[in-house]
Amino acid sequence: MRKSDLFLCAVAAASALLLLSALDAGLRARAAAPVIAQRSALVAALDLTDLALFTEARYTRHPSQADLHSAFQDHPMALEHFPTGALVPAPIPGRSLP
Amino acid sequence: MIELRDVKKVFNQGRGSELWAVRGVTLDLEPRQVTVFTGPSGSGKTTLLSMIGALARPTSGRISLDGKLLSNLPERFMTQVRRRTFGFVFQRFNLIRGLTVLENVMLPAYPLAPDYGDLRHRARALLTQFGMDAKADDKVEWLSGGEAQRAAICRALINAPRILIADEPTANLDSARSRELIGLLGELQDLGKTVLVASHDPLVFESARVSRVVEMRDGLLAEGA
Amino acid sequence: MRQFLRHQRYLIDYSLAALARRPGKHLALLLVYTLVVFLLASVMLFTQSLRREAALVLAQSPEIILQRQLAGRHDLMPAEYLDRIGRIRGVSAKYGRLWGYFYDPAVRANYTLMVPPPGSPEHGEPAPGEIVIGAGIARTRGLEVGDYLSLRSARGEPFTFRVAALLPHSTELVSTDLMLLGADDFRRFFAFPVDRFTDIVLQVRNPREVRKVAEKLSLALPDTRPILREEILRTYDAVFGWRQGLVFVLMGGMVLAFVIFAWDRAAGLSGEERREIGILKSIGWETGDVLRMKFWEGAILSLTAFFLGYLLAYAHVFYLSAALFEPVLKGWAVLYPDFRPVPFVDGIQVATLFFFTVFPYTVATVVPIWRAAVTDPDAVMR
Repeated sequence: MRKSDLFLCAVAAASALLLLSALDAGLRARAAAPVIAQRSALVAALDLTDLALFTEARYTRHPSQADLHSAFQDHPMALEHFPTGALVPAPIPGRSLP
Repeated sequence: MIELRDVKKVFNQGRGSELWAVRGVTLDLEPRQVTVFTGPSGSGKTTLLSMIGALARPTSGRISLDGKLLSNLPERFMTQVRRRTFGFVFQRFNLIRGLTVLENVMLPAYPLAPDYGDLRHRARALLTQFGMDAKADDKVEWLSGGEAQRAAICRALINAPRILIADEPTANLDSARSRELIGLLGELQDLGKTVLVASHDPLVFESARVSRVVEMRDGLLAEGA
Repeated sequence: MRQFLRHQRYLIDYSLAALARRPGKHLALLLVYTLVVFLLASVMLFTQSLRREAALVLAQSPEIILQRQLAGRHDLMPAEYLDRIGRIRGVSAKYGRLWGYFYDPAVRANYTLMVPPPGSPEHGEPAPGEIVIGAGIARTRGLEVGDYLSLRSARGEPFTFRVAALLPHSTELVSTDLMLLGADDFRRFFAFPVDRFTDIVLQVRNPREVRKVAEKLSLALPDTRPILREEILRTYDAVFGWRQGLVFVLMGGMVLAFVIFAWDRAAGLSGEERREIGILKSIGWETGDVLRMKFWEGAILSLTAFFLGYLLAYAHVFYLSAALFEPVLKGWAVLYPDFRPVPFVDGIQVATLFFFTVFPYTVATVVPIWRAAVTDPDAVMR
């Protein structure tokens, strides 16, 4: 078999896999709808406001509820000391509110 | 018929290392002959051949092929002419490492993109003609000097050129292989090809198969060429 | 056209043979390249999935949450503020929330304790002495329904709770560290003042009224700040932001190409490569052929790296739940939700990843040989 044939076959196979992954994504997203609905339902029932991803500190656990000073709670010059604080930016304040 | 009119070639012009390799050569070369250019190292024979073979342009002067001017063509046309008309065999074989003999022979035809089956067939036929078909699928690194040179000749012939140019083809061969090679070149003449050789090897320029010997010295034709 | 395709196939033949000449080096290159694409793609897929999920799930968050501020910090909300709000047009319900954090030294984990809002159908207030816990707490403490959990209260006394129920595993992404308990238990456990709440929730049915209501609240209660649902959603959009992602991919791609390029070409074009180009030109290849062949050399490697990296990333994120990122996302936390990211894949992001990982390297392969490619082939004769 020609070398280029091998390569082109490989590319074709990879492209097919890529398309398959897109299909898989679509199918699994659809299949996940009930789970997402369950999460939504709990959020509605319990008035939840944040994902429970970063349970290290208050302002990483509830970034949407954190006030602007949480990161500096210990000291005005306190640098970030929780690792996930680097992943969670300061919350964006409201735009047109006085 | 190849015509040269007062062909000159200089390297590094205007700088300290300026070198006039060819100082004015006027020559007519008959087709279907084996012509050997001989002379000491630095006499300009390699440079002259590279200009005839459209590998380089003369600094001044004209080179014509069958009445058509060759030396002032733009690069693309020169390359096309070179591909169609000339085949090259180098002193150091210059085969591409890592490829098989067959692949090397097919290489010059890649830009023309012929049908793959046809090309392979042509290449194998050439290899058979020169006794190399057994080595067709071997990597070129494993060839002996004589085999490599024969593979190089096959490569030079893949596009069925009219003119074969060989630069010191026997430099890396022993006497027996050298004689073989000269025989091959003679065979090519029998097939209607024009063969131009640059060589300072007596085995070459004293061979009976050579039609004409052109002596060069210091960039010019020696007396009595 | 057929001629063009045939020509490309010949060039690919040659490029593959050229790459195979130095198998070790090129495989190492491919490995590094694939790894970088894998990381970039994994981050991209993971954050995109979380963004979409957050947008979907948190769309059910309260419309307005009112927080009290004291000296710029979050303070407890006096119960009488509920009355002070009075009747505002558009507000269909308002009530005080009770929730807070508890650090459990036994497992060094943070829990979020909360009292379910009034009127929750399934999740009514647990009976006194009982709690409903999230799957993360259950896992960390090895608890099942009926087990007891003892925690040290604000006053130093131990409080023992009985686990009445577990929150469903499917909701872990939002509930893994939750502990639901009754209002009285909450207040006693935290020694929480009787006339205070943590904050106030307001329900506004009409989304267009929300801003106006918020304005009125700011006027009525100047020492409070309202948090709107749109801000909550915006927070999560920024955490896993598209713009940041784009910059990340761009930078990643550039850095990658540069590093590989620099490493590979540190010695400049090798004599052997120069000779190879000279030979090709002398046997009839044009400058364009040489450049196209080099392009294929770069493209073969980058295409392979892209496909491998992306497909592996897809499998990593959506079939292995981004296992490699867990330590990073956990940080120092002990509790981490067990969930499977849902494949929300943005085609444009994938295309951007493709462009910024394949293009720079391919260009980087072609550019250095430009000069050699246009040189006259007679140099080979020397």
